[in-house]
Amino acid sequence: MSESAAAPRVWKKPPFIENPALRWGLIIGFTVYFILAFASMDINWIRVYEGLDRGLKFVLSFMKPDFISRGGAIFEGIVESLVMTVAATVVGLIMSVPIGLGAARNISVLPVYLLCRGIITVSRSLNEIIVALFMVAIFGFGPFAGFIALAFASIGFLAKLLAEEIEGAEKSQAEAVRATGASWMQWINYGIQPQFMPRLIGLSMYRLDSNFRHSSVVGLVGAGGIGATLNTAFDRYEFDTASAIILTIIIIVMALEYSSSLIRARLQ
Amino acid sequence: MLRLENFTKRYLTGDLAVNNVTLEIPTGQVVALIGPSGAGKSTLIRCINRLVEPTSGAAILDDINLTVLGSSALRKARRHMGMIFQEYALVERLSVMENVLSGRLGYVGFWRSWFRKFPQSDIDEAFRLMERVGIADMADKRADALSGGQRQRVGIARALIQNPKLLLVDEPTASLDPKTARQIMRLITELCAERGLAAIVNIHDVALAQMYVERVIGLRTGEVVFDGPPEDLTPEVLTDIYGEEDWEATIEEVEENGEEIAEAVA
Repeated sequence: MSESAAAPRVWKKPPFIENPALRWGLIIGFTVYFILAFASMDINWIRVYEGLDRGLKFVLSFMKPDFISRGGAIFEGIVESLVMTVAATVVGLIMSVPIGLGAARNISVLPVYLLCRGIITVSRSLNEIIVALFMVAIFGFGPFAGFIALAFASIGFLAKLLAEEIEGAEKSQAEAVRATGASWMQWINYGIQPQFMPRLIGLSMYRLDSNFRHSSVVGLVGAGGIGATLNTAFDRYEFDTASAIILTIIIIVMALEYSSSLIRARLQ
Repeated sequence: MLRLENFTKRYLTGDLAVNNVTLEIPTGQVVALIGPSGAGKSTLIRCINRLVEPTSGAAILDDINLTVLGSSALRKARRHMGMIFQEYALVERLSVMENVLSGRLGYVGFWRSWFRKFPQSDIDEAFRLMERVGIADMADKRADALSGGQRQRVGIARALIQNPKLLLVDEPTASLDPKTARQIMRLITELCAERGLAAIVNIHDVALAQMYVERVIGLRTGEVVFDGPPEDLTPEVLTDIYGEEDWEATIEEVEENGEEIAEAVA
């Protein structure tokens, strides 16, 4: 018991940033920046107050959705969006596989790697809407432009995550297949593909429902689908129809998300 | 049958993993390669089938110098070298049958392998081998559903279906319990005897090696420091390979085991 008389030794978790000057400098710096940034926003509170009133009217008119009077247009828009979504996901998936293989450092050679990473970077740095604007300018209004825009964006997303999955693949399994005298294609098919397949299917399912969400946005810039229908409804101040469209989009997104999560849970 | 001449591997970091190894292994001989971790055992066997590129020297398998082969000739040559791995290295999400048949990839074209349409002779041989190594009726199980011992049996079948002349075996028992380890070692040596295969077996367990092989090669920092029959492994030799330690227990154990085996055979 006599040892317990010794002074208790204190222990504290070492700070994340060890240098105190740097640590406090960063904390104070960020605080000051945040205050200055907020102050620079120049908010007109009277305008905000008036806007609240307008917003309430808006919300109220949304309370009674009208599925009937423009039912045909809504149905057509949804079908167009779904076609666009499925086509864009499938094409994006097919094109992303070779690019993803090329962009995985552990199975690719440097020139191919750089090329594929380049394609991915371009695809990912351009937002769907920006691509859609270009495509509308090239191909004219309509779902074809939307399809191209979504497929283009899907390539970057799927290829990047596929490449990362391949880079994390277990080396020993691939090595064992290589040691049998397999060709490169056989090696990918037997040693690599089984390792990335569940993830690729999961990602494609996820991309399918996010493409549907994006399809309603690219429609706003003229690339067809339910977004175009929504845009028209807003232009005509038919908020009840717009409300019906938004509700439909929400229901479809929920259904897609639920089914994709079911499929992903069953994969292993 | 296999001849290594001044075989050397220097990693980009400058580490000399395999240092000027010269040795010859005749047809049908099973050799244990022992040595401390980091002695270059794994690197040495991976340099033979060029999963790791050797820096200099030659590895000659039946008059073919493996170190100078182009990629297509190398693939052909790899078919004659079956490899068995420490952590089994099965493709986890493929079935047992697909794993075994993957040993035939060097012999069949891409589309056949893609559609899993292997020649009937390969399928027959796969079933025969699965029975021989003791995993009959497991053809359609996924590899990750098997126990360690069963997985290593799949690994052995995959190596043998290549119809190899040489087996490169990397720590086949390191992740197995002592009983399974013995069964696997026995299976490997029996199969080598049945088929007249030469084998290089990297192994940590000196006692186990002594029980099953006819020749032991000791590697230390990439150099051969011992080459002889297992009986010649004295405490002095083991100290030379691994460093100072009390080796009597290890060797005694071997002698007891030796008797055990003699009894079992009789």
